[in-house]
Amino acid sequence: MSQIKTVLEKYPNAKRENLIPILQDIQEACGYLSREVVNEVAQYIGLPAAKIYGVATFYNQFRFQPLGKYHVMICRGTACHVKGSQKVLDMVVKALGIQPGQTSRDGLFSLGVVACMGACGLAPVVSINGEFHAKVTPKKLSGIIAEIRDKELSHAKN
Amino acid sequence: MFNIEIDNRNVQVNDGETILAVCKREGIRIPTLCFLEGLAPSGACRMCIVEVEGFPGLIPACSYPVTPGMKVKTSTPRVLDARRTIVELLVSNHPDDCLYCLRNGQCELQKLARDMDVKRISYGKSKTKRNADVSSPSIVRDPEKCILCGKCVRVCEEIQGVSAIDFVGRGCKAFVGTAFDSGLNVSTCINCGQCILVCPTGALTERTYVDEVAAALADPDKFVVVQHAPSVSVTLAEEFGVKAGKDVDGQMVAALRRLGFKRVFDTSFTADLTILEEGSELVHRIKTGGKLPMMTSCSPGWIKFVEQFYPDMIENVSTCKSPQQMMGALIKSFFAQREGLEPSKIVSVSIMPCTAKKFECQRPEMAVDYVPDVDYVLTTRELAQLFRRYGIELGAMTPDTADTPFGERTSAGKIFGATGGVMEAAIRSAYFLLTGQEYPEEKIPAIRGLKGHKEVKLKIGELEVGAAVVSGLGNARKLLDEIKAGRNDIHFIEVMTCPGGCISGGGQPLNTDTEAVKARLQALYQIDRDDRTRVSHRNESVNRLYKEFLGQPLGEKSHHLLHTHYKKREVKA
Repeated sequence: MSQIKTVLEKYPNAKRENLIPILQDIQEACGYLSREVVNEVAQYIGLPAAKIYGVATFYNQFRFQPLGKYHVMICRGTACHVKGSQKVLDMVVKALGIQPGQTSRDGLFSLGVVACMGACGLAPVVSINGEFHAKVTPKKLSGIIAEIRDKELSHAKN
Repeated sequence: MFNIEIDNRNVQVNDGETILAVCKREGIRIPTLCFLEGLAPSGACRMCIVEVEGFPGLIPACSYPVTPGMKVKTSTPRVLDARRTIVELLVSNHPDDCLYCLRNGQCELQKLARDMDVKRISYGKSKTKRNADVSSPSIVRDPEKCILCGKCVRVCEEIQGVSAIDFVGRGCKAFVGTAFDSGLNVSTCINCGQCILVCPTGALTERTYVDEVAAALADPDKFVVVQHAPSVSVTLAEEFGVKAGKDVDGQMVAALRRLGFKRVFDTSFTADLTILEEGSELVHRIKTGGKLPMMTSCSPGWIKFVEQFYPDMIENVSTCKSPQQMMGALIKSFFAQREGLEPSKIVSVSIMPCTAKKFECQRPEMAVDYVPDVDYVLTTRELAQLFRRYGIELGAMTPDTADTPFGERTSAGKIFGATGGVMEAAIRSAYFLLTGQEYPEEKIPAIRGLKGHKEVKLKIGELEVGAAVVSGLGNARKLLDEIKAGRNDIHFIEVMTCPGGCISGGGQPLNTDTEAVKARLQALYQIDRDDRTRVSHRNESVNRLYKEFLGQPLGEKSHHLLHTHYKKREVKA
């Protein structure tokens, strides 16, 4: 919670026009917007929590669950789309059992979708914790996910 | 003032009027779904589109102001076609359960589909799936039936100052929901039901308890009693096609008896009782330097509003329970004792203009040993439904009177049903309490009428009393903020959650306009004008109750049965 205080201190007398920058800063600091945080911001700016949630859900950039240990970002830009990123996304949604913006219940994976990563030459491109995977197919990505799961499982066993 | 042309007719208009307003005055009906009288237009639904000469596109009449020489066509083939397409698109993503939808027959979308001659749906068969929110004891939200007109969102924010709901998400995935899409029951929703009144479809309805009441009535082991709120008798007839403003008190009582209720009590009786308790409390606070201004506590939406938004002002709220809960407490104590009945055998039903009363009767403060004082609350609409189900013709009933010992009322208790009524009744009795004389005026015009914020300064004996009456919690919010900022010339505030008071409560008949609400208001004033007993302290049954059971206002028994304390409420919003 102290991280939020630091953010809010940067915005004395905040009004509704400061809402989005505040939310961005908080997400930067905490990784996501929790219910408690939204309530605190609501109190601070004097806006209803439902309103803030409405604004925040309007934009793709805000998350409402903490990031997973592995954050999977699927590029849905034009080039990746042409190269079949929809199929990749469908597979990963099914494999992880979560929608974009969500985090798996074990906290291992979170899923995000971006409009373009600027790596069109590698299309379809997927980034996991910032590491780019080029020319991804559903099969290839499902292998990567299985690999991560195995690794985590053996860690847990040891 | 200038002229414009509508459908080849010359029409005189005022500067700043919208096309829709002009058309309405000229008797041209333009269909709308998202338009809300008195609020800024949102232009969300596009139903009101018209053709304006010189414009390539179609223009929404609700938000476009008239300009000199403008030529408007309201029903060209192009306009009608577009409107039909809009309805068709809405219906294409709407459940096909009209036959057993609670709104069947009163749904604006259904009506438009008929009016626009929608005969088939030529769009895709896939429909958005979303779970209904049944978490609230008062209101059920079914997002699948929502057409995203946004009226509920605007009423909640602009009229009630609550904003429990808003649009969530964007584009075709948008829906109306609470913060973090959690249940209404943990949100800031105050259960007022104003959103139900404005909803054009069945997306917002009351949580109905008609089945539970019917089951209780059929149970030979239960002793089922009913109370009816002051405003119900002047609105119920509308459910059966009668023009607004007709009082059917006697026939309603007869019909309730026909349904099988063992006793029919009048909540106006406990409204009179409230006046004696609350009036004494006010006098006590003034004389002993208690917390002022005192604020009324009859309206359960308002109570929750204070608990969650103004917890530091809870002490300003009167400790009196609402008339419904006072009646409930008396039924399961005094009445039960008198009749030799086990309180748990009694099923206490109340007919209210209100959805928040459903929440109120389930509050933990409103029960003794886990037996709730009031078991079920039905809205005016649900009562009409009960009558329909049992085949009872309200109009054919021979008027009857309510039962002793809680059937007698004065017209002071009856006017509780309108904004300003509690205040007027309170002033009449406080005047008597303080001076020993009856209040000389027939009415207090300054606090009558439908205005959202009314004030009056009165001299009662030596005392200069400032009284304020607000309805619609947006207005209450403004007044509370003034008081927080240091305003101190007001001693007593009446707050009604719904704009206009209970006559336009969230449980009242649907599809009503301001004219209907005015007619209901006049009906209550008419009753007050004609009544022989117009002051609460002259209610003989109330006085007898004090003599036989309660002792005196604010006494030990009263304290136990008729008063309560509220505390700060953490909402999970």
